[in-house]
Amino acid sequence: MELFHGVNVDWLGKKWYFLAFSMIFSVAGIISMSMHWVQIGSPVPLSVDFRGGTQVQLQFAQTPDIGRIRQATVEAGIKDASVVAYDVASNNEVLISLPEQTNESSLDAGRQQIVDALHAHYANQFTVRNVQVVGPTVGKQLERQAGLATLYSMAGMLVYLWFRFQLIYGVAAVVACFHDTLITVGFFALTGQEISLTVIAAILTLVGYSMNDTIVVFDRIRENLRLSRREALPDVVNRSINQTLSRTVLTSGLTFLTVLSLYVFGGQVLRGFSFALVVGILIGTYSSIAVAAPMLVAWQEWRGKSGKGTTLPAAKRARV
Amino acid sequence: MKKNLKNKVLLIIAVLVVFTYGIIGVPSGVSGKALMEALSNRIHLGLDLRGGAHLILQVVVSEAVASETDNTVARVQQDLKTAKLTFSQAYKPDPTKPQVIRLEGTTQPNASVVRSLLDTKYSNEYDVNGGGADNTWTLTMKPLVQKALEEKTVQQAIDTIRDRVDSLGVSEPLIQEYNLGANQILVELPGISDLDRVKSIIQSTARLEIHAVVGGPYQDETAALASVGGVVPPDEMLVHGSGALATGSDADSVYVLQRVSVVAGSDFRSADPGTDQNGLRNVRFTLTNEAGDKFYEYTSVNVGKSMAVVMGGRVREVANIKSAIRDSGEIEGSFTPDEVTILSKMLRTGALPASLNYLEDRTVGASLGADSIRQGVTAAIVGVLVVMAFMLFYYRGSGINADLALFLNLVILLGFMGFSKATLTLPGIAGVILTIGMGVDSNVLIFERIREEVRAGKAPSAAVDQGFAHAWVTIVDTHVTTIVSAAILFLFGSGPVKGFAVTLTFGLAANLFTAVYVSRVIFEAHLNKLKPGETVSI
Repeated sequence: MELFHGVNVDWLGKKWYFLAFSMIFSVAGIISMSMHWVQIGSPVPLSVDFRGGTQVQLQFAQTPDIGRIRQATVEAGIKDASVVAYDVASNNEVLISLPEQTNESSLDAGRQQIVDALHAHYANQFTVRNVQVVGPTVGKQLERQAGLATLYSMAGMLVYLWFRFQLIYGVAAVVACFHDTLITVGFFALTGQEISLTVIAAILTLVGYSMNDTIVVFDRIRENLRLSRREALPDVVNRSINQTLSRTVLTSGLTFLTVLSLYVFGGQVLRGFSFALVVGILIGTYSSIAVAAPMLVAWQEWRGKSGKGTTLPAAKRARV
Repeated sequence: MKKNLKNKVLLIIAVLVVFTYGIIGVPSGVSGKALMEALSNRIHLGLDLRGGAHLILQVVVSEAVASETDNTVARVQQDLKTAKLTFSQAYKPDPTKPQVIRLEGTTQPNASVVRSLLDTKYSNEYDVNGGGADNTWTLTMKPLVQKALEEKTVQQAIDTIRDRVDSLGVSEPLIQEYNLGANQILVELPGISDLDRVKSIIQSTARLEIHAVVGGPYQDETAALASVGGVVPPDEMLVHGSGALATGSDADSVYVLQRVSVVAGSDFRSADPGTDQNGLRNVRFTLTNEAGDKFYEYTSVNVGKSMAVVMGGRVREVANIKSAIRDSGEIEGSFTPDEVTILSKMLRTGALPASLNYLEDRTVGASLGADSIRQGVTAAIVGVLVVMAFMLFYYRGSGINADLALFLNLVILLGFMGFSKATLTLPGIAGVILTIGMGVDSNVLIFERIREEVRAGKAPSAAVDQGFAHAWVTIVDTHVTTIVSAAILFLFGSGPVKGFAVTLTFGLAANLFTAVYVSRVIFEAHLNKLKPGETVSI
């Protein structure tokens, strides 16, 4: 069986549609992030990992009455507790969160208070499934590290591609990557989902994945440029995308299926992680065709116009 | 050629056997239960899968600096007295800068003698300044010395916590410096869900110290302050007392104590719970030689005076010095059995050099861990089956090849995990699933390339050759970039996220071998069997 045999699509001819599509999603994401910024002081809702605070996840023997639990916490004098049902209703799980404790010595008090209050005021049997208490210091630390990790990762890729191809290839790939990260994070902002540490891990994986996709196309462009030096760059790029299209669609399709399986079966703990991958793999595949490759052509056209010579960005020979 | 191929097949089988051993070792039987047991012995599960507690602590290193400079203040006073040099006071002017000591009121004619004394005795650790017309000197601990002291303090805290945790019998605890922030310690305790007990043992900074009593007991702080003229002198401090042996009754009381301790937490060599002749619980201790000499010196000139045993910031016992004591003694007090055990445990393992703050605390219940395992494994199995089925459907004969490579990829990945004792976390399982998706990419790249070559009219063996050669360049590039991002995750991530980076990296490294080498060998074996004119099923 074969899909996409002998495809001949003029991808570069559609670059304005691509640009419009990317702009719509990026701008929507940015607007949503700014709205969050105004409301909560960060571009996306942050999980307890970064925000700091106390989170207690409880599982009850019978269906819990959220109202009663809320009342029990209020009666015990616990301020600003948020009580919500967690995951699927049949699990009888409840998530109780307290805002950040400013005083680190009393960090642990909230957890104990919640558990005590429920024991005293609420008869329904429950077990403590998960407790997370994060102080302000650690939250800030992690926030900084996560940002740095993403930046370093992109810088590492840029250097590698510079070394393997040429600077412009690296720049194009990193721009595509940044585009993917922006849109993925934008999706979190739009859907109001929290960004946790594992989501950051997913985003870093996407940086790697999106690079993969872009490199496969770039490798082919490099190879074709060597084979047919007289052909115009747009034609070479189009042909390269078409030749690798079958692989691109198959791989992202398969990776997408595995990630979807993770999203469906992996449970609540990994929901944010798999959501980032589900969105990111679609965007990452799209961007290697619609963002990275057109950038190479645009760069060359700009060089041509500004009279800096019309040489193709002929990459170095592959050294393996 | 044939013999060469046989060797390659043997190599692959050897790899399969070695890594299978990595996963399950030598199981005690072939039943499902024995295999599961063997598996759980080899694969280390992270806290998020087996349940447990994860703590991040911060060592308050300024306390260690403060107690070091407290000692220096005492030594400076002693040295000046011995040299018969007059001064009005030596003290630490700013509590937020524990590294600065001030000496005031020396006389101008003595300035050069004082300077040479301070220089010879203290200039290794301190920057000595002053001695001008105002007869005031500042000793500031050198930044390098302070840094070394802080590092030593964190290391001591780690050692102490490790000893205490070990005495609890927690299996495979992890206690190490946490490099995300300054002076932080990461503690991971698998299987612990009752944090309170652990914390009471880890945290009991309960620095046990013996201090000389200046005055007391007083009813409250006002009375205590009145006794020292309204202001506590810089070398003394107010400490509350509790327990009958400290207060004479159960009421709270206040003591004025010398700031510098006579015996510090690190001076104890051993301590054991016991009972005295009246059946009361006590703790018997022995001191290190050096501390014993110091203690002897002190007690022999202070017979008749009182000493206070301070633990956890409170006076627990006040004793009269009846005679000189060298290196062993008893601490009596109204201890509960738990307190005696904890106290002696702490004395044995050494006191914490400074107190600890909790910065983060996560506990995963065992039931959540079990659910996570079930869900993660389900997702992984579904993912693998979908991918394998698709490869068979799309590439037919070569799909078998890809599936074999994929299977071997998983075996090597899990075997790696077994051998390296790396930890499998829930995100780590996600890493396994991603490895499947991304690992199959190499097969797709190669197969698509072979198809192109076949289409271009090449003979089967040439097409396979060319397909592998062309795809290889791309495969290297894609693997390197992903491994770079995984490596950065490993450096920056913590706990579960680190587990993810580990499985992803191992998985991709194994994939280079399976998708390229193993898959190639299978093709060669297949090509050898082809009759002239037949094509590769792809």
